[in-house]
Amino acid sequence: MDSLLLQLLNGLDKGAAYALIALGLTLVFGTLGVVNFAHGALFMLGAFVAVSVNKLLTISQKVRDESITAFEAYTEKPYLEIWLGDLGTEIIQWSVPISALVAIPVMLLIGLVMERGLIQYFYKRTHAEQILVTFGLAIVLGEIIKVFFGANPISQSAPPELSGAARLGAMLGLNENLVYPWWRLVYLLCSFLIVSSVFAFLKLTTYGMVVRAGMADREMVGLLGINIQRRFTVVFGIAAIVTGLAGCLYTPILPPDYHMGMNFLVLSFVVVVVGGMGSLGGAVCAGFLLGILQSFAAMSWVKDIVPGIDQIIIYLIAVVILLTRPRGLMGRKGVMEG
Amino acid sequence: MASITHFNPSTPKRDLAVMGIFALVVLTAPIWATPIGANYPDLLQRFAIFGIFAIGYNLLFGLTGYLSFGHAAFLGVGSYAAVWIFKLLTMNAILAVAFGMLVAAVFAVAIGYVALRRAGIYFAILTLAFAQMSYRLAYSVLTPITNGETGLTLDGNDPRVIDALFGGGGEGIPNPSLFGLELTGYAAFYFCAVVLILAFWVSLKIFRSPFGLKLLAIKSNQTRMRFTGYNTRPYVLTVFVISGMYAGLAGSLMAVTDPLAGAERMVWTASGEVVLMTILGGAGTLVGPMLGAVLIKYAENIFSAVNDSQLADLFGFLPEPVTDLMVGVASLFVGEGWHLTLGLLFMAIVIFLPGGMMEGLYRIGGAIRRRRAGGRAADNSAVTQPSE
Amino acid sequence: MTDNGNPTGWSRRRFLQTGAATTAGLGALSFSGTAPTGFVRNAWAQDFRNNPGNSDTVTLGFNVPQTGPYAEEGKDELRAYKLAVKHLNGEGDGGMLNTMQPTALKGNGILGKKVDYVTGDTQTKSDAARASAKRMIERDGVVMVTGGSSSGVAVSVQALCQDMGVIFMAGLTHANDTTGKDRRRYGFRHFFNAHMSAAALGPVLKEQMGTNRKSYMLVADYNWGWSVEESMKNVTEEMGWETVNALRTPLGTSDYSQYLTPVRDSGADVLFLIHYGGDMVNSLTQAVQFGLKDATVNGKPFEIVVPLYSRVMAQGAGEAVAGIYGSTNWHWSLQNEGSEAFVKSFGEEYGFPPSQAAHTCYVQTLLYANAVESAGTFYPPEVIKFLEGFEFTGMGNGDTLYRAADHQAFKPVLVVKGNDDPQSQFDLLEVVKEVPTEEIMYPADLYPGNLGPYEV
Repeated sequence: MDSLLLQLLNGLDKGAAYALIALGLTLVFGTLGVVNFAHGALFMLGAFVAVSVNKLLTISQKVRDESITAFEAYTEKPYLEIWLGDLGTEIIQWSVPISALVAIPVMLLIGLVMERGLIQYFYKRTHAEQILVTFGLAIVLGEIIKVFFGANPISQSAPPELSGAARLGAMLGLNENLVYPWWRLVYLLCSFLIVSSVFAFLKLTTYGMVVRAGMADREMVGLLGINIQRRFTVVFGIAAIVTGLAGCLYTPILPPDYHMGMNFLVLSFVVVVVGGMGSLGGAVCAGFLLGILQSFAAMSWVKDIVPGIDQIIIYLIAVVILLTRPRGLMGRKGVMEG
Repeated sequence: MASITHFNPSTPKRDLAVMGIFALVVLTAPIWATPIGANYPDLLQRFAIFGIFAIGYNLLFGLTGYLSFGHAAFLGVGSYAAVWIFKLLTMNAILAVAFGMLVAAVFAVAIGYVALRRAGIYFAILTLAFAQMSYRLAYSVLTPITNGETGLTLDGNDPRVIDALFGGGGEGIPNPSLFGLELTGYAAFYFCAVVLILAFWVSLKIFRSPFGLKLLAIKSNQTRMRFTGYNTRPYVLTVFVISGMYAGLAGSLMAVTDPLAGAERMVWTASGEVVLMTILGGAGTLVGPMLGAVLIKYAENIFSAVNDSQLADLFGFLPEPVTDLMVGVASLFVGEGWHLTLGLLFMAIVIFLPGGMMEGLYRIGGAIRRRRAGGRAADNSAVTQPSE
Repeated sequence: MTDNGNPTGWSRRRFLQTGAATTAGLGALSFSGTAPTGFVRNAWAQDFRNNPGNSDTVTLGFNVPQTGPYAEEGKDELRAYKLAVKHLNGEGDGGMLNTMQPTALKGNGILGKKVDYVTGDTQTKSDAARASAKRMIERDGVVMVTGGSSSGVAVSVQALCQDMGVIFMAGLTHANDTTGKDRRRYGFRHFFNAHMSAAALGPVLKEQMGTNRKSYMLVADYNWGWSVEESMKNVTEEMGWETVNALRTPLGTSDYSQYLTPVRDSGADVLFLIHYGGDMVNSLTQAVQFGLKDATVNGKPFEIVVPLYSRVMAQGAGEAVAGIYGSTNWHWSLQNEGSEAFVKSFGEEYGFPPSQAAHTCYVQTLLYANAVESAGTFYPPEVIKFLEGFEFTGMGNGDTLYRAADHQAFKPVLVVKGNDDPQSQFDLLEVVKEVPTEEIMYPADLYPGNLGPYEV
């Protein structure tokens, strides 16, 4: 029973991550209609905002280790610690949450530049051309990061207060072994916050309503004299922020490297399509569904019954859902069906 | 205009000319590949094999607009099937190729039957899901059949029943052959080249056939086709299977030129690669996919092999600080940076040449014609149809 | 097999000429293989693939991952190869040329021919690696191919080299198969393997953690993972440990939470993470976050063991590696003549210490060069016969034997531990024990395989 509970928690956590990663894609892909293969690259860039902020905060005074002569080895002490003492240490330890704040404007800027500079010319081009140009862009962005940061993963730590494991079992009076990493709980919480603010923006504000109207019938909204183009730019910017935050906050769990985006690209497309094209709610539901089932599929006894099931579970569910529900969980009619 | 798209009116005579030029270019590859450093058997084989793969993919995508993101699965099973023939029965390439295509066709029927219940992006994700499942299972639990990570290879202890019957065998591991002719090096390339020319010819025939025209009609408006009484699915399924067999053919040829089959041939990036080749060259055009395949394989094998010391030689005639600068800049784009070149290439082509590399050729052709015709000719350069 | 001739020099020459930059050395290369063999220095004047003949240079092929997850490791291997070429040609301070015993190398190239090299990208994929190796052999006329950063690649390139009759000196490859089931006459491995890792770790784990332990294994679900799992199980169960479960995890998993949560409930008190590269970085980082490192189970502190360590992992996992046991082939902090000489040349050239991947690649290049020099010919069968059973020292690992029966090098193995208190950015691992060769030796037929013929 406890193991099921833990796997459920795993599934929720994983699902929250999937939902967050897919949310940005579904804004661009399901609603603007752009097959954005650079979506993974945005996720990766978000993660590297965290790496860059950490590197900036830990610019260090270097003291040469004289015992080594063949090359220069240093002991490093960050200037922040020298100048600010314990406060400096504290700031460095909190670099991931700080970089999440930094990531919002940075990712907005990246999103706007990407949309104005490239994507806007491709709204009316074919999907094939969108794939080619965004895939090219994803490769270029990855290679640029590789030139600056190398190809190895770079570890990022969560703040010490949040980096251990929470003794949930003991707190709730259940099994002692029921523990869960604090940072994953934080990620879960952030994911809920971000997803609900995007929903609130689109469903509750007038601005968001016009955007949604524009997605449904772009020409009509244009005829009403509203500059829908500018609003689409804003949507792209929001998508970039959401995706970037997903990447940035994920760094303590997954040390980032330059091609991490490619690994998440396929996953996010599967989540979005299983959720149904053009449906934000569908993407979120699909994220949780896939996350939870993936966690259960990894359990020993399940694997004993169906060997290798955890290898293919995501794709298997995708096939089953797409065959039983023609437009995924909550897809809108006529979006990317042709 | 020496047009070779299906879009323009074509005559049998013109098609014959296209075939002739194509065959000539393919068979003379060792000559024209020499100045660009690509004249060695392995790369020429790869040009031909991936050309077949892309031409086959284009039959599906170019004609019907159905975007399959799982075609590498057919290539993979084709390879496995061919290697198993080499292991169990005979080293004769014909049987291996035939069996590779057959197994790929069986897979394509099964996957196509299911996936074609959906269209658009839903179809793409279904094909992707099947291919990814094949890849992941081949890498792990199916290791007894696929030999997992290491890949399926030949072994001195393989039975090779038919060869043994005719007293073949002997010491060591034999090479794939064609009735006694060993298929290694340039012999293997010419074998692939002949198959490529045949494959191109079949593709041309399909483009020109009533069947091909129906597929194009499906692409432009599936609903209208249905209203006029056509059940479109059998047509699309047929071309899906043909296209899958092309992939199986390419896969078994990979096994013929190099008797090894690995799971990574089925991973999604491999499926993505053939999509990119097709779009890069020009989806829906006859020759475009072949050009895309050559360009991507050339970049992968030649750009990646250039290193700093060769660059230093290249720029060696300059003063030293300039040399260092040039080497530093150039090395970002070759060797470990060859992906960057590829990415920039993708972007540049799609930005400047909507319609792919074939568009570029048309433009050049158009410019020449205009010059010749002294401005009389209308601008025909934009006749490539949208690629979906 | 070799009758396809070698049209390669021509294309290469043209390739370079288009850039108007054919140097004397590279130009001469265009004769390789096709040149008439007039004066031949050696007694075995057989023609063989890519015979350098009268050419005054000889080309080696360095086939390493330059893109993908192991790009950084490949880069380090390439650095080591370039350094080896420099030293072989008598440039720089000579590095291990000065400490290698016995040696026939003089610092004037190989058999008087200047050493040149070509590079390629394996992308850590068998197909790409073989394509790259074929280019080197067919176009560039290399006499030896070396490199690689995974066992799948090593095994498949090794098989190719056997077919083509070109010697392959494996880079970083750790699976038993490379010199076990898939061993080849033309392939040699200096790096250690899964069996040796387990044999070396066993006694240290026993010493540190006792004989009454319950272990849980997370295993990368492919050949290499299974071979490590098998070896580790054999060793630990023999010393009285119980394996509670060995759970297989898909390659390239980014989130291991669903595999890590059952560990605590299982009653196990040791966790083996049998993952490599990025996978291990992720699984270790996440295992530590699940509080496994600080846990106490069955009244004993919970321990995590990583059978194979590399720099990619130690850097990528950061603080998480502190106190975690594992094994490596070599480490730059070793205090012996060969290691010091190598670290000095490498450090002065590039400004940081070499990784174990760099070390094994450097050594392999020198070993090949020395074998040719000693055999007096590039003719592969003679070179192979020299390397088979070759005993040497002064290459950083102490006394080493290239066993003739399976082409595996035997030398002491290092058991290391993640450093609790690193003194510098490179001070990630500390050497716990150098396990002597006798303890990790195993009979050659333990993993049966067939080397194949000398002549192909």
